[in-house]
Formats: sequence, structure tokens, C-alpha cells
Amino acid sequence: MSFNEKWIAFLTIVRKEVRRFMRIWMQTLLPPAITMTLYFVIFGTLIGSRIGDMGGFSYIQFVVPGLVMMSVVTNSYANVVSSFYGAKFQRFIEEILVSPMSNSIVLWGYIVGGVARGLLVGLIVTLLSLFFTELHIHNLWVMIAIVALTSVFFSMAGFINAVFANSFDDVSIVPVFVLTPLTYLGGVFYSMDMLSPFWQGVSQLNPMLYIVNAFRYGILGVSDVNVGWAFAMILCFTAAAYAYCMYLLANSKRLRQ
Amino acid sequence: MTKALSIRGLRKTYDNGFEALKGIDLEVSQGDFYALLGPNGAGKSTTISIICSLVKKTAGDVHVFGKSISEEPAEAKKFIGLVPQEFNFSNFESLWDIVRNQAGYYGLPKKLAEERTEKYLKKLGLWEKRHNAARMLSGGMKRRLMIARALVHEPKLLILDEPTAGVDIELRRSMWDFLREINGQGITIILTTHYLEEAESLCRHIGIIDQGQIIEDTNMKVLLKRLQKEVFIFDVVGELPDEIKVEGFDAHRVDEHSFELTIDKSVSLNTVFERLSQAGLEITSMRNKANRLEELFVGLLNQGGAKA
Repeated sequence: MSFNEKWIAFLTIVRKEVRRFMRIWMQTLLPPAITMTLYFVIFGTLIGSRIGDMGGFSYIQFVVPGLVMMSVVTNSYANVVSSFYGAKFQRFIEEILVSPMSNSIVLWGYIVGGVARGLLVGLIVTLLSLFFTELHIHNLWVMIAIVALTSVFFSMAGFINAVFANSFDDVSIVPVFVLTPLTYLGGVFYSMDMLSPFWQGVSQLNPMLYIVNAFRYGILGVSDVNVGWAFAMILCFTAAAYAYCMYLLANSKRLRQ
Repeated sequence: MTKALSIRGLRKTYDNGFEALKGIDLEVSQGDFYALLGPNGAGKSTTISIICSLVKKTAGDVHVFGKSISEEPAEAKKFIGLVPQEFNFSNFESLWDIVRNQAGYYGLPKKLAEERTEKYLKKLGLWEKRHNAARMLSGGMKRRLMIARALVHEPKLLILDEPTAGVDIELRRSMWDFLREINGQGITIILTTHYLEEAESLCRHIGIIDQGQIIEDTNMKVLLKRLQKEVFIFDVVGELPDEIKVEGFDAHRVDEHSFELTIDKSVSLNTVFERLSQAGLEITSMRNKANRLEELFVGLLNQGGAKA
């Protein structure tokens, strides 16, 4: 395929993915908006006012970056896992497999679809947070880079889940039993300073800790971890996930027997 | 001239150890209408899936218009349009989106993709339904949708895996007309079907696959010439006796008003009717007991089974 043909094919997948989540916006865009608004009301306004400052900021200012990032992570993941598994389940993944598109175009098409939903939900949640607090961006580039990388990484994680899933139950296992606990224990609602040295050490193994803190640094300028180290970790995770996704597309018996 | 499809030594063994293809060789010429027949589980769909890159081969070579599916997969895939056996489109998307997206996957620019989408939805009688979700369509319309989708990038080789399964006779006939039309325009067609009448009516060449091996690959006319005997059913006026005797023929009573007669191809129908008159049988109608190709097909499979 020529470069132009590849670009058209890539845009076709992206457009299809974006249309899919926009068509079912009541399942994809509205729930995170409602859930996060409840978080802002309960943890930010009602309980947060009694907690006091954290890391030099009001509690709601402290939790907003983590909640935005949580939305980006879960929605990027959910978009790709449900879309790609749905395509496998209804067998219309064959439309793509018989076409002349390369594996990298297919993968990037789904990644960008996941990133589009993740960023759109992140934007919605950020705008909603402005009804409850003020946000000052400390470092725009750090914020953009970390949110984009995170979204790409979790889109690929969703892709891997979709390839291995045998049923719709398998699609929800990772978000419920892995993603949510890691996010909650990744410093969204508290600072690492509040934990004992042992649990601080354990938390270092949680990739969400680096993601949430790097994003918090971009907005508030404070972080429990070194931001450079956080970027290095996320880049390594992303590169490994990309290599694995490409391997699956080329070799997985779950796609081509 | 480059073959539309060339298969050499194709083997496929699945992970469970089942050997679906045992080294098949097959060639289909450009512009041909080729029937690939075989009983369930013979290896037809595996062969098609390997050609279309849905299943990985264990060994062998497949070339589509001279392009290897292993070494130049993108170029080879551009030549192929696939109409699979099972419905494989998103039930929630509109017909327009399904066909339009497929054009996009092949890199067709927007204007051309939309023109082609309109052209094939109209040709397949789906234009009025273009905004409907695919799940709202009848079975026959779903089959036509898959044909429109397979044609939107205007492939040189169209592969149809049992396209008329579960389709009513009227629609089946209209699909035959359509397939003849596009074959007449130069598109090479490979068809698998369980309706042998369909293969006989449409195809010029035929391959029969059984237990992962090609047991016949020939011209349809040559194959049909091999048929030495045909069985006809005759309906008669009045009631037949329990035992029917027709000089020189093997006759069996089917019910009180009909009987079957095995006729050698070298014997003229005039002789047949002469003998029937002599036997005192007054005939009202006659018909083939089975499709001619069906008889050959069963015979070939039996020979294959006997060899195995």
C-alpha cells in the first residue's frame, strides 16, 4: 500500500472507533462524568473540607489530577478492550484481517481510538472539576505528555486483554480486579507520606503511582516520585506493550489459527 | 498468463493435531468460474481461509495473480474479495458504514469509496436500506451485504464460501445472475457450495476436495461426460403392479403411480419409450432422480473413501 492508502486505512479505523463510542455516549461518556462528579462532591467538598490540606493544596485540588487520570486510564482501556473483543466476538475483525492493512496500522488505529475516548473523558472530567475547585497548570508539556503516554499504554493493555478474552466476562476481569485496585492504591486519594515505610516501598511497584504523580506534578507541581523516573518507567511499559501487541497481531492463534 | 490462483503443496495441521489439508495443488485461471466442492470438513473453508490470510498455512505456497500471500501479503490481498460462510459484520453499524469502511481499509480515497459504496449497494438492491443497522436485515439481504462489501474495492478474484446457504430459490437465482454478470466482466470467481445444481449451472471448472486432498480438478463438461448412467423417475397413468418389467432396463417401483429407471447414456430416449410402451406403461411425466453432478460427486467421494 502507498503511504496515502495506509493513511486512509488508518483514519478509517480511527473514525469508526470514534463513531462507535460517540454513538453510545450514554454508556461511554456520561457514566464517568456522573461518577467523577460524585467523587468531587463527596471526597472533595463534603469529606475533603474536613481533611484539610495535603501536599500544600486543598484536598479537592490534590485529588482532581488523580481522578482525571483514573478516567483517562479506565476509558482508554475500556474502549479498546470492548471494541476489539466485540469485533472478535461478532467476527467482523475478519474485515480487517483480510484487508491489505499492516498490523501496525491496525494497532495504531485502535490505540488512537482509545486515546480519543480517554482524552475526551479526561477533558470532560477536568471541566467538571472546575465547578468545584480552581486548577493552575504547573507544566503543560509534562501534563500533555504523561496523559498521552498513559492513554496509549492503557489502550494497548486493553488490546492485549481483548486478544486473550474468550467471553465478555474476561473483558471486565482486568478493569475490576487489577486496574481499579492499582488506581485506588496509586496515590489518587492520598500522599505516600501518609504510609509507613514498608507500604511506601510496596507502592513503588505500582505503575499507577508514577502515572498519577507525574500528572499531578504537571498540574500542581508536587509529586511523591521523581518525574523523570516516572517518564522512564511509563516509556518502558509502553514500548514493551507495543512490542507485545505487534507480536500478538502477527502470531496469536486467537486471531489467526 | 499468470494464474488467478496458484496453490502448491498446501498443508494445514491445526494445534489439536487435525490435518485439514494434506498437500493440495490447485490452479484457477483468470476469468474462470471455479467450483470447489466437498463434504463438510473436507478442507474447503480452511483452503479459502488460508488464501485470505484468516488461517496460517503449515506448509506450501499460495500465489494470487502472481503475488505470494506470504511474501507480498498486502499486494495479494488487494486482489481478493471474500464472501464468507458466516455473517461477519457489525450488527450495530449501518450498511453504508460497513461497506464504506471496507473501502477505507483498502485505502480508497473518500470520493471513490463513496461512489463505489453507492454503486454496489444499489447493484445488490440494498440502497433503500443503507441507513439501517445490519441486524435489521433479512438473511438474504445480509448475504447480499457481504457481497457488496467484498466487491467495493473491485477485486480481481472473488471467493464465495457457500453464498446461497439458507437463501430462498428466487433470491438464489438472482444471485446467480449477478455472479454470472460480474464473471462476464472479467472477475475470477471461486465458489464453494453444497448445492451441486448451483455449481453445475454456474461454473466452468470444478475441484473436489475430500479429507484434505483434491480428488478431482477438471472441466465441468469433461466431468459430466464421465457420467455413464442416469436414473429417471417416470409417472404413469393408472396404478403400477408390484413388479415392473421393462426389457433391457433396470426398473423399480417407487409408489403406485411412479417408478425409476436406470438408463445408459448410449441408449436413445426413443428406444426407452418404445420399451416402456411394449411394457404397457403409459407415461405422463419424467424427471432426473438426482442432479447429474450430485451422482458424480457421490461416486467420486465413494471412490475416495474406498481408496482410503
